[in-house]
Amino acid sequence: MLSMREVSVRYGDTLAVDRVSLDLPEGGVLAVLGPSGCGKSTLLRAVAGLEPLSHGSIDVDGRDLAGVPTHRRGFALMFQDGQLFAHLTVARNVAYALKLRRTSSSRTAARVQELLDLVGLGDYGDRLPATLSGGERQRVALARALAVDPRLLLLDEPLSALDATLRERLAGDLREILQVAGTTALLVTHDHEEAFALADGLAVMRAGRVVQAGPIEEVWRAPVDEETALFLGYARVLHGDAAVRVLSVAGLERAPAVTSAVASAVASAVTPAVALRRSALVVDETGGLSGRIESARATPEQVRLVVHAEHIGHLDAVAPLGSRVAPGDSVRLGVDVTRLAVLAITPRLDPSLD
Amino acid sequence: MRRIAGLLLLALGPVLVLGVLFVLPVTGMVSQGFWVDDRFAPGEVLQVLARPRVHRIAWFTLWSSGIATLVAITLGLPVAYALHRLALPGRTTLRAAMLVPFVLPTVVVGVAFRTLLGEGGPLGFLGLDGSPVAIVAGMVFFNVAVVIRAVGAAWESLDPRPGEAAAALGASPIQVLRTVTLPALRPAIIGAASVVFLFCATAFGIVLTLGGVRYGTIETEIYFLTTTIFDLQAAAALSVLQIVVVVLLLALSARLRHVPDPTAHRVVARPRAVRLADWPVMTATVLVLSFVALPILTLVAGSFQVGEGWGWGNYRALTTTGDNQALLVPVTAALLTSLRTAVDATWMALALGLMVSVIVTRRSQSISERRVRSLLDGFFMLPLGVSAVTLGFGFLITLDSPPLDLRDSPLLVPMAQALVALPLIVRTLTPVLGGIDDRQRQAAASLGASPWRAMLTVDLPVVWKPMLAASGFAFAVSLGEFGATSFLARDDQPTLPIVIYRLIGHPGEMNFGMALAASVVLATATACVMVAVERLRVPSVGAF
Repeated sequence: MLSMREVSVRYGDTLAVDRVSLDLPEGGVLAVLGPSGCGKSTLLRAVAGLEPLSHGSIDVDGRDLAGVPTHRRGFALMFQDGQLFAHLTVARNVAYALKLRRTSSSRTAARVQELLDLVGLGDYGDRLPATLSGGERQRVALARALAVDPRLLLLDEPLSALDATLRERLAGDLREILQVAGTTALLVTHDHEEAFALADGLAVMRAGRVVQAGPIEEVWRAPVDEETALFLGYARVLHGDAAVRVLSVAGLERAPAVTSAVASAVASAVTPAVALRRSALVVDETGGLSGRIESARATPEQVRLVVHAEHIGHLDAVAPLGSRVAPGDSVRLGVDVTRLAVLAITPRLDPSLD
Repeated sequence: MRRIAGLLLLALGPVLVLGVLFVLPVTGMVSQGFWVDDRFAPGEVLQVLARPRVHRIAWFTLWSSGIATLVAITLGLPVAYALHRLALPGRTTLRAAMLVPFVLPTVVVGVAFRTLLGEGGPLGFLGLDGSPVAIVAGMVFFNVAVVIRAVGAAWESLDPRPGEAAAALGASPIQVLRTVTLPALRPAIIGAASVVFLFCATAFGIVLTLGGVRYGTIETEIYFLTTTIFDLQAAAALSVLQIVVVVLLLALSARLRHVPDPTAHRVVARPRAVRLADWPVMTATVLVLSFVALPILTLVAGSFQVGEGWGWGNYRALTTTGDNQALLVPVTAALLTSLRTAVDATWMALALGLMVSVIVTRRSQSISERRVRSLLDGFFMLPLGVSAVTLGFGFLITLDSPPLDLRDSPLLVPMAQALVALPLIVRTLTPVLGGIDDRQRQAAASLGASPWRAMLTVDLPVVWKPMLAASGFAFAVSLGEFGATSFLARDDQPTLPIVIYRLIGHPGEMNFGMALAASVVLATATACVMVAVERLRVPSVGAF
């Protein structure tokens, strides 16, 4: 439905967005993930028509948007901090787009109530934005954005301004609301959890370029390089022999995907690498790796360990709560194959890890 | 309680100064009208207000100021936008240039408009000389700068994202302006409008020079009543009327400025490149700039006109006392007096203004403390709304006997000018001081800094530039001050604006040319000061 072809945006001398091509199908939610300053917000603003393109094109359903001003695009934009109109009540904020379209006042009132109920703020209509909490403001902003069934909802870090518990709860609500309304949405964020919570497609952006794009599980399972893996929440990346050792313990060294990756890595004279999530290594009497615990810290879910393993180096591992683990103890670790990713090629050589 | 006592102790100095130099003269002037032969007679004051002439003058004041305010706002808004939101080449210079009219001496502006509109002037064919249109145009000329400044500063720091959110929801640029931008700017616009109305309604020099004998405002009428026909009762009545109206207006505007959500989201937006669609704004800007430039250019051209030719004759004549002994001292001497007076007025206004700003911006810990502070704030703003003529005349009649015999003091004129400049200084410094997070001072104190030391480390680095800018602003205002000075300046020590006014009123071939030349000199001096001030880039200068 939305398709970006070779989109570039230039601010003076800097190229904020560099030839980005992405597609977003009808009803899909695509997250653009990247560190701050990578150009993701600029890309979003370009789709909204707030930044002129220096190159490339953006079309919706095959129609080029060049020359279509923001207010004729039929999108809705939701900012990080909501950007509610401070001088209007909640109900009038939500009714804003309906008023612009000269909807009759009885229908507007009904629709506003419906939307406020949808976001769980049914009796907040007469309040002013200043009296709301951050999460409530975001909900109102969402209701306002959904009021006229936008062809495309643009979300700029919609949950980042909220605290952790609220973020989790609102993420679930947001996902459900987007599904119920069948809204096509483009989301930019620097928080991979926010992306996972909301999106079904993921594009990773760095320094103005998209380095990897695809269905979210796919990107998550096979990050394209070390930096992407770390950005997606992998705790540590192992190179060379260390990587091969972990893969062999996992019984993966002969898996076709791995052999081809390792083979191609060897062929192109770079080291193979494996990205491990924190929970990829679990304390297990029968595990194939051994090492000495350097530190142990309890969290509400599990005990987090840093282990020094022979011939490998430092590793992150977890133990179930209540396990007797203390620094200095020797442990054996098993590998959970669903929580690691083999990186096809790592262009970075780090001899210290070999 | 102890905090409030401390606060009052701190406020004692400024309150005393303002009490002696402002409240005393003004009440002295006003009581002249209420006491007839040592008898309290308020009825006679009321009778004055029933005179048809007073009605006519009050009505003229009201409608001319009202129209001038509307026009200034209408013209100022597009220019404020263009100079603060668009990436125009040379916009900082233009902004400085737009501040010059505001500090130009009123008399100079009057002279400029008369050369422009008078017989033989470039726009003489319009026949507007001495008409209400000329007076309104003069007021607009002055105050459009206030609008550009005040609204521009707010517009520049207006978060663009609510507008973008509205556009994404389908609002056209006009709808965004109407439903998002203007409501957000409303406090700034209403603030500017009320200040502009205040300045117009108490305008003195401009009405005196452009209105002639036919048109007068309450302010010129007070002057006429006190100096020409000595009807002090009527003058007092008008002063009271003026004060009441001004206080009501300030209270009303404070109410209107109240917004549902005062939390300001201040970011300076990146200026946008000019697009073809900006042509209405650009056209308006060019028109307003020409409207401001035209009188000034005419003035400069006129000052070089000697007889039928061109030359420096008028400037050379500035060392003389004019034709027919128009003056007691040469113009150059008056210029020196002006500069000296302005320096004195500036340090006085700055010292007082700094104290006042510190007092009103310190964080209050209780409701009663906050009330005391806002009461003080309002008290120190009073000089903004009281006629300079009332103040000047009040000085004359109250500060003439021991222990306050200041009539012959060389500081009398600077004191009056400092009071006129005080609100401007306070309005420049308070946003800056108020913007310093109090926790910074607390952090300094927790690290062992004494209150003085904390002030040096936290406040001074932030406030020295605004202080410098405010001094420059006060200096420029004092250079051009005419209303109060016209009462207080001794005949043998006139300031430049007084000399200019005398030269226009005095017959003689050379005198008008000299007035023009002196005006150019005065305008250049104030303009230089203002350009220097603008270079300091303090947004609150002139933004009320």
